[in-house]
Amino acid sequence: MAHYRRIVVTNTNDVAIVSFNDKKILDEASIQELGAELFGLVEQQAGGGILLNFDNVEFLSSAALGKLITLDRKVKASKGKLKMCNIRPEIFEVFQITKLNKVFDIRKDAGDALKAFG
Amino acid sequence: MTNSSSPADNGTAGSPWQKSIDLPSERGASKLIMDDLLDKLGQHGWPSADIFSIHLAAEEAIVNAIVHGNKLDESKKVHVECFVSPTVARIEITDEGDGFDPKEVPDCTQDDRLDVPSGRGVMLIQNFMTRVEYSEKGNRVLMEKARNE
Repeated sequence: MAHYRRIVVTNTNDVAIVSFNDKKILDEASIQELGAELFGLVEQQAGGGILLNFDNVEFLSSAALGKLITLDRKVKASKGKLKMCNIRPEIFEVFQITKLNKVFDIRKDAGDALKAFG
Repeated sequence: MTNSSSPADNGTAGSPWQKSIDLPSERGASKLIMDDLLDKLGQHGWPSADIFSIHLAAEEAIVNAIVHGNKLDESKKVHVECFVSPTVARIEITDEGDGFDPKEVPDCTQDDRLDVPSGRGVMLIQNFMTRVEYSEKGNRVLMEKARNE
């Protein structure tokens, strides 16, 4: 069982639901650590589902977006599925401006997202 | 690191707040001004959505100045000047690098660049602030936010 510092992972059916410990994801060192934990989870899940629940997240920088893009690539390469939910309006605007809402599968809340995993 | 606040201001609502500071060219240095800036925006009654915008733009611009401008050179500083009133927030950031041309930054929203993990800061600054101006050399950015009512 992996130990995480930046995230909390719970499993529902075959989906790993990830919550973030940091309200603000902007510090470079934290983002590196976050990335390493998320990429490790992709390997563990090996083709399964990962749901990122942003309920606790109030702020993220473009460096954090970079990690999410790399995560998305890794999940797709492993034939897994990545979804995101509970994104507050200001952060959703960041995704819209950068058109990452076209790249990421964003759902309203955890219930919607879990249904979409099928 | 130099640090000066306007003596006329003690953070009371209504009277503008100004501060200038030289940041070291190291990761995480934005925190040396950001906490103060966010605090003063809150004290001046700025809505949370505007505070988010200013926070994001300032963070991206300072990180760009430290990493791309000064290239993390410890002998170089990033100079930041802030002004906050109840209606206007203005931040000027100057690095000691060679500058860049913001028009040369590739459009990160093009289909073939959507999955490139970097290069979004400049676009976010442009979208989240009311006015953004770069110096001719490109090592200084002035950004301003007019309060959304």
